[in-house]
Amino acid sequence: MTEPDNSSTPLLQVRDLVKSFPVGSSRRGGQVQAVAGVSFDLQRGETLSLVGESGCGKSTTARCVVRILDPSSGTVRFDGTDLGNLDAGGLRSMRSRFQMVFQDPQASLNPRMTVGDILNEPLEIHGVDRAEASERINELLSLVQLRPSDLDRYPHQFSGGQRQRIGIVRALVLRPEMIALDEPVSALDVSIQAEIIRLLEQLRDQFGLAYLFIAHDLSVVRHLSDHVAVMYLGKFVETGTNEQIYESTAHPYTQALLAAAPIPDPQVERSRTRIVLVGEPPSPINPPSGCRFRTRCWKAEARCAEEEPQLADPGIGHLVACHFPEVSNVILHRSTNYREAIT
Amino acid sequence: MRDALLTLKGLSVEFAVSTGSVHAVRGVDLDVQRGEVVGIVGESGSGKSATMLALLGLLAPNAVVGGSARFDGSEIIGATGSHLRSLRGGKIGMIFQDPMTSLNPVLTIGHQIAEAIEVHQPTMRPKRVMARVQELLEMVSIPHASERMRSHPHELSGGMRQRVMIAMAVANEPELIIADEPTTALDVTIQAQILEVLADLRQRTNTAMVIITHDLGVVAGVADRVNVMYGGRVVERGNVDDLFYSGEHPYTNGLLACLPRLDRRGQSIEPIGGAPPVLDVLPTGCSFAPRCGAAQPECNASDPVLRRVGATEVACHFAPDAARVSRKVTV
Repeated sequence: MTEPDNSSTPLLQVRDLVKSFPVGSSRRGGQVQAVAGVSFDLQRGETLSLVGESGCGKSTTARCVVRILDPSSGTVRFDGTDLGNLDAGGLRSMRSRFQMVFQDPQASLNPRMTVGDILNEPLEIHGVDRAEASERINELLSLVQLRPSDLDRYPHQFSGGQRQRIGIVRALVLRPEMIALDEPVSALDVSIQAEIIRLLEQLRDQFGLAYLFIAHDLSVVRHLSDHVAVMYLGKFVETGTNEQIYESTAHPYTQALLAAAPIPDPQVERSRTRIVLVGEPPSPINPPSGCRFRTRCWKAEARCAEEEPQLADPGIGHLVACHFPEVSNVILHRSTNYREAIT
Repeated sequence: MRDALLTLKGLSVEFAVSTGSVHAVRGVDLDVQRGEVVGIVGESGSGKSATMLALLGLLAPNAVVGGSARFDGSEIIGATGSHLRSLRGGKIGMIFQDPMTSLNPVLTIGHQIAEAIEVHQPTMRPKRVMARVQELLEMVSIPHASERMRSHPHELSGGMRQRVMIAMAVANEPELIIADEPTTALDVTIQAQILEVLADLRQRTNTAMVIITHDLGVVAGVADRVNVMYGGRVVERGNVDDLFYSGEHPYTNGLLACLPRLDRRGQSIEPIGGAPPVLDVLPTGCSFAPRCGAAQPECNASDPVLRRVGATEVACHFAPDAARVSRKVTV
């Protein structure tokens, strides 16, 4: 569930997460809020996707969750424990339960270490004995279709898809309950991408993993997610189940994203709803007053500039932050024409 | 059929490398009619970009280009530098994936577009050139064009830089635009804007376009005809609908089956399996055979050539049966 709910203990509970970075010279002391207050829950075995365009804060959110970055404010609870209250040792031992896979396997695997060393390192840090370590590694290698002899090779000797499988094994050797996946298939060719998606599904089912999936490809997200949260300029604009987001889309930004994502089907492409947004996302250093999306929104009225819409359920069964939400299935709808002049 | 605007015959590209040579393009036949949009799709290393760079004379010096490319009636492979320079940015406009590396970072965008005009129309008066620059920027919907002319590339967003590239590409009213992954580096809402700018331009000027992309969704939306490349060859070509709905090559069908779709949930996606060929070892047979569910011994013995099967032209020994067999294998 992405809806904040305090009755059960979710595996991951994020509340009012904010991450600011300093910008410009220290004298002027500007701040940019990359993540401007997001809250969500992730249950065991579930996949929640954070989607949005470059700079919306989705990767920063994931990095704050796994504590590669320290949040500026807000709480992240993993299995009930507030990660902000842990000391370095406590955080390290907790980290075995949540891991991360990065977009670019080339950049996230040390080129001077063999695959064996790369995979052993987390196990050594967490004090897993050698026999157990090698058993785990070999079991996982065969699951991702790499050979034991690959352990003596270096990352550059593998293809992009193989390298991503190594990154996935590294995340799995500690037997985590949750993995944050930051654009894990974006750098791969489509035929290889399908392999990695299938592998992620298989591993999720086999180990009961929860995924926090960061992606910009809405087709991949549709395929993999149980729940989806759409981000714009550091905030959630709409959250819901896969069906709610893709079939009962209520936020104009979500509608525009879905309408813009190409579908490999010429007849569908010719007949589907077009929504071409005006302009580009404004700078997060100086976000618009009121609704952050209003500068590109075809529905914007005076109220949108004055009053920030809260993420709430307007009676549609899921949460949307818009003063004028209207449920629509933009993927299937034909002939509606929202085409906007670009000013 | 009228004379094609562009005709490639047996185009090949070899790169000399320390270990021998890499055959990036191995005999590509392709034609572009006036006013149409031709898509070239394929994965990394399929030769789709090298094909177009070869005919523009833009490959690195270690490239050996063979075969023929006729543009508007004259041969351009082996043409003189000055002939190629007059074509590039003149009758042939180019748009590349990354506008940041294609634009000069130390010159204003107005200066760069003006330069593109002056090279091809040296007699145009400076005032007229600047008016034309502004008109071009307005045509690609850059707001406040007269001020934006004075901006440097780093002051613009990726989407705006790509608009500048498009303005430069059409500055001299080309007959053909070659767009190499023009929207790959952009976010999806900006991609939609750029595709719309290109569609508007084409509607206005009826310019032919070759769009090179790995994105079958983009091709489905913009192309009239599509060429699928694999291992340096065109393995299937046809009208966009025929290719998507009655494609016969196992690779074409494999590509479509491995894509998750926005409009479908719970579909199973089928990886092709294996890896694309390494092009420094020239395969004797069909380069897709090692990954093909329908491969027979003959596939490793001789390389199939394009022939008409049903609605499309296919380079496969066993089309149309192979498509059926490979579909069965992957189900």
